[in-house]
Amino acid sequence: MAALPLEQALVLAALLFALGLAGVLVRRNVLYMLMSIEIMLNATALAFVAAGARWAQPDGQVMFVFVLALAAAEVAVGLALLLLLYRRFGTLDADALSELRG
Amino acid sequence: MLRLIWLVPALPLAGFVVLAASGGRLDRRSIAWIGAGSVGLAALAAIAVAAAFVAAPPPAGAYTQVLWHWIEAGDFSARASLYLDPLAIVMMLVVAGVGFVIHLYSVEFMRGDEGYNRYFAYMNLFVAAMLLLVLAGDLAFLFVGWEGVGLCSYLLIGFWYRDAVNGAAAQKAFIVTRTGDAAMAVGLFLLFASLGTLDIQGIALRAPGAWAPDAAPVVAATALLLAGAVGKSAQLPLQVWLPDAMAGPTPVSALIHAATMVTAGVYLIARNHVLFALAPAVQYAVAIIGALTLLGAGGAALAQHDIKRVLAWSTVSQIGYMFLALGVGAWAAAIFHFMVHAFFKALLFLAAGVVIQALGGEHDIFRMGGLRRRLPLAFWAFLVGGASLSALPLVTAGYYSKSLILDAAWASPQGGAWLWAAAWVGAALTGLYTFRVVFQVFFGAGATTDTHRVGWPIRIPLAVLMLLSVIGGFVEAPQVAGRLEAFGHFLASALPPLQPAVAPGTGFALGVAEGIASFGGIALAYAFFLRRRSIAALVARSAIAAALHRLLESGWGFDRLDDHLLVRPYLALARRLRADLADPGYDALAAAAAAAHRGLSRSQNGRVRWYAGGIVVGSILLVGAGVWL
Repeated sequence: MAALPLEQALVLAALLFALGLAGVLVRRNVLYMLMSIEIMLNATALAFVAAGARWAQPDGQVMFVFVLALAAAEVAVGLALLLLLYRRFGTLDADALSELRG
Repeated sequence: MLRLIWLVPALPLAGFVVLAASGGRLDRRSIAWIGAGSVGLAALAAIAVAAAFVAAPPPAGAYTQVLWHWIEAGDFSARASLYLDPLAIVMMLVVAGVGFVIHLYSVEFMRGDEGYNRYFAYMNLFVAAMLLLVLAGDLAFLFVGWEGVGLCSYLLIGFWYRDAVNGAAAQKAFIVTRTGDAAMAVGLFLLFASLGTLDIQGIALRAPGAWAPDAAPVVAATALLLAGAVGKSAQLPLQVWLPDAMAGPTPVSALIHAATMVTAGVYLIARNHVLFALAPAVQYAVAIIGALTLLGAGGAALAQHDIKRVLAWSTVSQIGYMFLALGVGAWAAAIFHFMVHAFFKALLFLAAGVVIQALGGEHDIFRMGGLRRRLPLAFWAFLVGGASLSALPLVTAGYYSKSLILDAAWASPQGGAWLWAAAWVGAALTGLYTFRVVFQVFFGAGATTDTHRVGWPIRIPLAVLMLLSVIGGFVEAPQVAGRLEAFGHFLASALPPLQPAVAPGTGFALGVAEGIASFGGIALAYAFFLRRRSIAALVARSAIAAALHRLLESGWGFDRLDDHLLVRPYLALARRLRADLADPGYDALAAAAAAAHRGLSRSQNGRVRWYAGGIVVGSILLVGAGVWL
């Protein structure tokens, strides 16, 4: 199997990251914002794996496992918060949920 | 036994700490026991230490106790040390003894006051600071006591703080004495810079070797010390605060503003007599200030109608005598007069306190009269004190101390006929203004008042001070009354005796002249204020006499002078500086901060997407800065 060139992998990761970021900034539904954050996390994980393959080091894959664990924990807490938010306010519109302001 | 010397200032200080820490939770009985008891124990300790000192004088005639090393910085060293010599013993005994009887008097006098606890706390702190002042062996340590008594004086003048007048009087006393203290502090710096020590005995040892007589540094240092003494002892031109200081309770006036604190300047000069002997010009200035003050204050006392202000001006005048004695080199005579003055002036104030309280707070002597029968104790006390103040020959203590000063003013090489004449006129004035009060208050037709009963806490102090005002002088007698020099001999190791002594023939003539002055003053008072009141009324009606009366009553117009010369220009300057050039810059800074705050607080809108955008922009900027910069 031909080795994936690092540049292409990084471009893909950057595109994914930008997509996720755009989703966070543009979508108003908190559920979709959470999903966009997952995409951004996976983009960084991809960059780690590609870099690990490029220099033949295990660190990239170690970091990938970390990111996976982090994403799982984040989803667990995030979805719980989401449920509570919906029960309390009856909406998931991030702009409507602007109680926390100075 | 001498090792217990530290107890003498420590006991009143402990009393202060207990009273101040109790915060008014003690009942009046305990407050009185602690307040008067701590000073009583200090007086007992002082007597025990003095007895041990006299029974077995330490080698070199002085005992030093180093409590701790206070400041050690480079070659600067200030020790918290106590120094006990005959001069310190006399001062300590008078302060602790008179302090105790006045505390005892206060137990009853202040009974109805809501600030009973505060009063005794301040008074104990004062006694502690005053004892520290007279026992300190180091000028820096002495300065602690010096400022401590100034603080207590301020607190007690303004004791009845709800009346704004009292607060103003307290501030006036504080600011005026602080003027002198600032000069004194500079004098201390100068002494240290020149001699490398602030230890009093070290200074006395090094100064004659370091400086020729009349050298510039010693003249400057003594002049600055003199300024401190003039402020504290209410001499010309800083005497303005003392008459106003009578706003405090009467026992405070007796203790602080008559018997002890105001004589601290006398003590300071006597303690540093080696320095002043090296600066004859400054020493002569001390004599001139004393002579001018005793005359000016005697005149001012003559025109007052507040009984306490009469006594206040007489205090200024008597301290003028002490300064005169210091100025002509009669150190022991000044301390002798200090001691006797403490007895009879405390007595006069305490008797005046009884009169004022009996009349329900009346201070005006022209609304009093004929109190001889109604207040016999106060009458006899005031009469004995007044006789001693007027130096009634042979029978009163005041005669012995005052004639010693007059003799010295005549005989001393620094003195002369003019200084003697000033003191002689002052002696006649003293008799006149003192017995003006006696005749006005206790004789003649009277204001009606009930017989005022006083308890033993007031009777005992009056009796003790009456006794001391009479027999306190029988330790030193001038030529005319049979020469006796017990007091001078006791002090000889600390203060050199006057050279040359008065010639026997002259001494007799001077003694007779002094007797004439005293009797003459009293006789004039009798003629004007009791026998032939019409003469006084006739004189008072003339325009010149009225103008003179106004001038004297205002204390030679020094208050107005200070007001125009110092207070008003200062206030005008302060008003001018209120809108100065530096302020707009600071104001703009404050306005910019406020505007920035308003702008930034708008960005905190609670929208999570907005925050996320902020994080993105910030990250890009940071990463960009890391990559390209």
